[in-house]
Amino acid sequence: MDYLLTEEQKMMQDLARKIADEKIRPVAKELDETCKFPYEAMKVLADSDLFGVYLPEEYGGFGGGVFELCLVTEELSKACGGIAVCYAASALGTLPILIMGNDEQKKKYLPDLASGKKLAAFAVTEPEAGSDASAIQTTAKKEGDHYLLNGMKHFITNGEVADTYVVIAMTNKAKGARGATAFIVEKGTKGFTFGKKEDKLGIRASATSELVFNDCKVPAENILGKEGMGFIATMRTFDISRPGVAAQALGIAQGALDLTVAYAMQRRQFGKAISSFQGIQFMLADMATEIEAARALVYSTARMIDAKKGNVAGVSAMSKMYASDVAMKVTVDCIQVYGGYGYMKDYPIEKYMRDAKITQIYEGTNQIQRNIIAANLLKESRKK
Amino acid sequence: MLNIVVCIKQVPDTTDVKINPKTNTLIREGVESIMNPFDRYAVEEALRIKEQHEGKITVLTMGPPQAESILREAISMGVDEGVLLSDRAFAGSDTWATSYTLANGIKVLGKFDIILCGKQAADGDTAQVGPGIAVHLNIPQLTYVKKIEKIEDGKVTVERLIEEGYEVIEASLPCLMTVVKEINEPRIPSLKGMMKSKKAEIKKISAADLDVKAEYLGLDGSPTQVVKIFSPPQRQKGEIFEGEVSDIVEKISGVIKGIN
Amino acid sequence: MKVLKGIQILEDKCVGCQACLGVCPYDAIYMQGKKAKIDYDKCTLCGACVLKCKFEAIEMEKKAGFKSVVSLEDAKGVWVLAEQKNNKVQSVSYELLNKGRELADELKVELTAVLLGSDVKEEAQCLIHRGADKVIIIEDTTLNHYQSGPYSAVITEIIKKYKPEIILAGATTIGRSLVPRLAIKLNTGLTADCTALEIDKKNKLLLQTRPAFGGNIMATIMCQNHRPQMATVRHKVFTEATEDQSRKGEIIEEKVSSELLNSDIVLKDIVEEIEETINISEADIIVAAGRGIGTKENLGLIEDLAKALNGAVGASRSIVDAGWVPYSHQVGQTGRTVCPKLYIACGISGQIQHLVGMQSSDVIIAINKDADAPIFKVANYGVVGDLFKIVPALTKQIQASGK
Repeated sequence: MDYLLTEEQKMMQDLARKIADEKIRPVAKELDETCKFPYEAMKVLADSDLFGVYLPEEYGGFGGGVFELCLVTEELSKACGGIAVCYAASALGTLPILIMGNDEQKKKYLPDLASGKKLAAFAVTEPEAGSDASAIQTTAKKEGDHYLLNGMKHFITNGEVADTYVVIAMTNKAKGARGATAFIVEKGTKGFTFGKKEDKLGIRASATSELVFNDCKVPAENILGKEGMGFIATMRTFDISRPGVAAQALGIAQGALDLTVAYAMQRRQFGKAISSFQGIQFMLADMATEIEAARALVYSTARMIDAKKGNVAGVSAMSKMYASDVAMKVTVDCIQVYGGYGYMKDYPIEKYMRDAKITQIYEGTNQIQRNIIAANLLKESRKK
Repeated sequence: MLNIVVCIKQVPDTTDVKINPKTNTLIREGVESIMNPFDRYAVEEALRIKEQHEGKITVLTMGPPQAESILREAISMGVDEGVLLSDRAFAGSDTWATSYTLANGIKVLGKFDIILCGKQAADGDTAQVGPGIAVHLNIPQLTYVKKIEKIEDGKVTVERLIEEGYEVIEASLPCLMTVVKEINEPRIPSLKGMMKSKKAEIKKISAADLDVKAEYLGLDGSPTQVVKIFSPPQRQKGEIFEGEVSDIVEKISGVIKGIN
Repeated sequence: MKVLKGIQILEDKCVGCQACLGVCPYDAIYMQGKKAKIDYDKCTLCGACVLKCKFEAIEMEKKAGFKSVVSLEDAKGVWVLAEQKNNKVQSVSYELLNKGRELADELKVELTAVLLGSDVKEEAQCLIHRGADKVIIIEDTTLNHYQSGPYSAVITEIIKKYKPEIILAGATTIGRSLVPRLAIKLNTGLTADCTALEIDKKNKLLLQTRPAFGGNIMATIMCQNHRPQMATVRHKVFTEATEDQSRKGEIIEEKVSSELLNSDIVLKDIVEEIEETINISEADIIVAAGRGIGTKENLGLIEDLAKALNGAVGASRSIVDAGWVPYSHQVGQTGRTVCPKLYIACGISGQIQHLVGMQSSDVIIAINKDADAPIFKVANYGVVGDLFKIVPALTKQIQASGK
C-alpha cells in the first residue's frame, strides 16, 4: 500500500527505519532481559533530530504533527515496542506543554525536548486512580507564589529517566472534575523523588516507575493553563496522543508479521515450506488485512488531527482501540505459526506478544475507549 | 581552521553481487549502489576532527553521474561540500589513473590540510588509491590509522595498525591518512542533515577543469587490465554426521586426528 | 582534450544472446530490439562484457597511454621484496620465494630478493637457502623499521637500476603501504591481494588472479605494456619454499645517497599487543563462534575447545558487533582472512561475507542446528545439531585423548 507520503515524511520514515534496524534490533533482546533503559538508542534518535518531528520549528522542531510522530513510532516499534515507547512517551509528556503552555513555558521547555536533550513524562495514574482519573489523591496546596505537591503517582512511563514531568494534582477537591491542575515539575525539585521501578510482562526496556511528592515546591508559573484545567489538559492531550499508541501497536503487529512470514517460508514440515499450506496462508492473509485496515484508520485520524478539522475524540479512540486489539490478535497468531519455537525465548516472536498487551491497557483501557466512542456516537446522533 | 578532503567511492552493494555458477553470469537482483563501507569511517573521522578543531570538510568522488547520491549522503552526515569528478574520459580507470585523477581534482579544490580515505574499496579491494594520491601530491601518507591522537602545531600524531600491535607516528600537515574500521563508529545522518543534502548544490568537475595529461586518464592511464572474470571455485558439499552426540564426537575426533 | 567512448557494440556481429547483460556489474547494457546497447553513463570500461561475448561483437579501444619508467625491452628477472621485522625475515617472504622460483624457472630468468634493514647480511643467506639466486641488500639504521618514505625512495632507485620484469611482495601492512607508492613512482601497474599467479604461455606475461566484489567474483588481470608487473600476495596463500642450506647465491650490497633515507614521518613508538590467544591469521586451528552461541557467557565453550586443540578463537561479525569478542578475532570480508588447516564453525550460519574470510581453510567442520545454513555448502564435515551438547563433549574427548 502506498500511503502517499511527502518526500519529507518518507525521509523521516527511512531514517527511523534505519535506526530501528541498525541500532534497536541488535539490542532489543538484551534490554528486554535486563530491563536496562536504552540510553544509547535515545541518543541516536536525538542526534538524528527525530525527537522534534511533531514540534514547531520555532522551538527547534520540524513543524510536523501527530502523523509524523506516528510514522516514526511505528518504524521504531517494528524493531522493539519497549524502546519505541521511551520515545513516544516523551511525546506524551511534551504534548500538554505544546497544547496548553504559555509562551514562556514553551520557550523554556520545548527546545530541549525537541532536541532530545531531555525526556518528558506524563503523570496522571495513581494506585486508586486508573481508569477513574478523577479519583486522584495527589494534592497541590497553594502557598503564595508556589504550590506544595503531596502524593504519589505510579506506572509512569519514563519515570526517573525523564527530566520534565507534567503532573496532574488536585487543587480543589470540592470542585470534582474541575478541581485538578496540570503542573510542570522538573526532576531534582526538592520533595520530588522516585519509588519502585516496575517489573513488567512486556515493554521491559522502558522504565515504569513511581513518582513520590513530599511537600514538593512547584512555582505557580509552572501551571499549564489555569488552576482547575487539569482534566481538560489531560483529555486534550489524550485526544491527540492516542494515534501514537496506535502507531506503536501497528509497528509491533507489522514487525511480528514480517518475521512470521519469513519464518513460514523457511520452516519445512511434510516436505514443504509451511507457507505453502492454506491454513497458514489464511492466517497470514487475515493478519495482513487487519493491520492494513488498522493503519488506514490510524493514518486518517492522525492527518485529521493535524489538519485541525472537527471533533477528533471519537476517531482517535477508535484508532487506539482497534490497532491495539489487532496487535494483540496478530501477535498471538504469529506465535501459533511459529509453533513450538514460538514459545521459546530463543526466538524473537514471543516478545512481540508480551509487548502488544500493554497497548490495549495504557493511555485509556480499550474499555474506556469504547465508552468514549459510544458517547461520541450518541452525542452526534442527538445533534441530528 | 582545517581544510579536510575525504575521498569516497560509490560501489555496488557487494552482498548482492554473485555469480550464477551454472551460467557464469552475474546475478544482479536490484543491486544497490552504496557508499563504500570503509569510506564511512573516513567521513565520520573528518566530522570528529571538525568537532574538535574548526574546519571545513569537502567530500570528493570520481565516478559516473549517479555517484552524486553518496556525496549527498555524506552531506546528510554533516560534511560541508560535495564535489563530483565526472567525465567519460575517466571511465576504465584502474587504481593508477584513479589516484592521478583524484590527486588533480584535489589540487583544483585549493589548499588542504588533511586528506582522508577509507582503507580499501569493497568492489576492487586493492587499497591502492590512497597511497597513490599521496605520491602524486608528494605529501606524507599514514595508512591503517586506527586513532588520531592529536592535531597540533601543524602536525598530526596517530596510531597506525600493524600486525603485532601499533606504531605511534607523527607527520606534518598537509598529509593523507587511510583509516581502518577500529577508528570510530559512523553516525547515522540527522533529519536536518538529510534536508540540507537534498537542497545542496554539488560542484561538478570534468577533465577540462583539470591540469592533466590525457594519456594518464581513464583506460589509457591504466597499466592493468582485467582479462577474465569467473566465479570462485565452489567447495564440494561435504559429509553430514548424524547420530548420537557420542557418535558424532567420535567421528569429529577422528577427522581432527587425521589432519595432524 | 579528446574524449574517447572507449567501447562499442558491433551491431553486425551482435546476435542478441544477452550474455553481456548478465555479466555487467554496473547494469550498463540494455537491449534495444534484438541488439545490445551500452549506457555510457553507467559503463566503467571494466571490460567484462568484451570477455564474455562469444561473437567478438564488443570492441574496446586502448591506446598506448603513458610509458613506464622501466622499459619493456630492458625488463628482466623476477624479484621478491622481502620483509624483515627486527632484522629477521618474515615467513611471507619465503612463501613468495616459492612462487617466485616457479615463475622465474618458467621464464628462464633469475630470482632476486631485495631486503632493507639495519643489519641483514646474515638473513640474506636465508633468502638464498630458500631459492633466491641473488639478494640485494641495503643497510642503514634508518631502514631498521619500515617507513613509507625511505623504503619507497630506496627501492624505486634499485628498481630503476636493475630493471626487473616482475615484482612480488607481501600484502601485509608494509606491502600495502609500500607497493602502491612504487607503482605510481614507476608508472606501472599493481594488482593487490592475488590468490594465484601464473605465466601466460603465449605472451610470457604474468597472469594475476584475485577476488573482487568481496570475494564473490574472481578476476584475472594483466599488466601488458608496463614494467615491472607487480603483484602483492597475502600471507599463507602460498606455502613456504623449502630450505636448502647447500644452496649458493650472490649477495649484492647496495648503497644509496642519504637524501633518499629522509622520512616525512617520525616514528615515535611501537606498541606490541600480544594477545593471550594466538593471532588468528597465524593459527593452524581455529574454532569460531557465531550468533548461534546465544550469549557472551557461552563463548567459554568455544574457548575451551580452542584451548584443548591448541588453536585460536575466531568470530563472525555479528558477535563482534554485539561486543562479545574483540574485532581482532573477526573472520570475514571486513575482518581477517584465514586459511588454517582446520576451521570449526559453531553456530555460524555462513553468510557470504564470513565465507569469504575462511573458505580456503583446508578442512571445515560446521556445527549448526539449521540444516539449511549456507555454511554446510562449504563444510567438509557438517553436524546438524545442538552445539551446546556437541562442543563440550568434543572438548572432553580431545582433552581425554591427550591430544
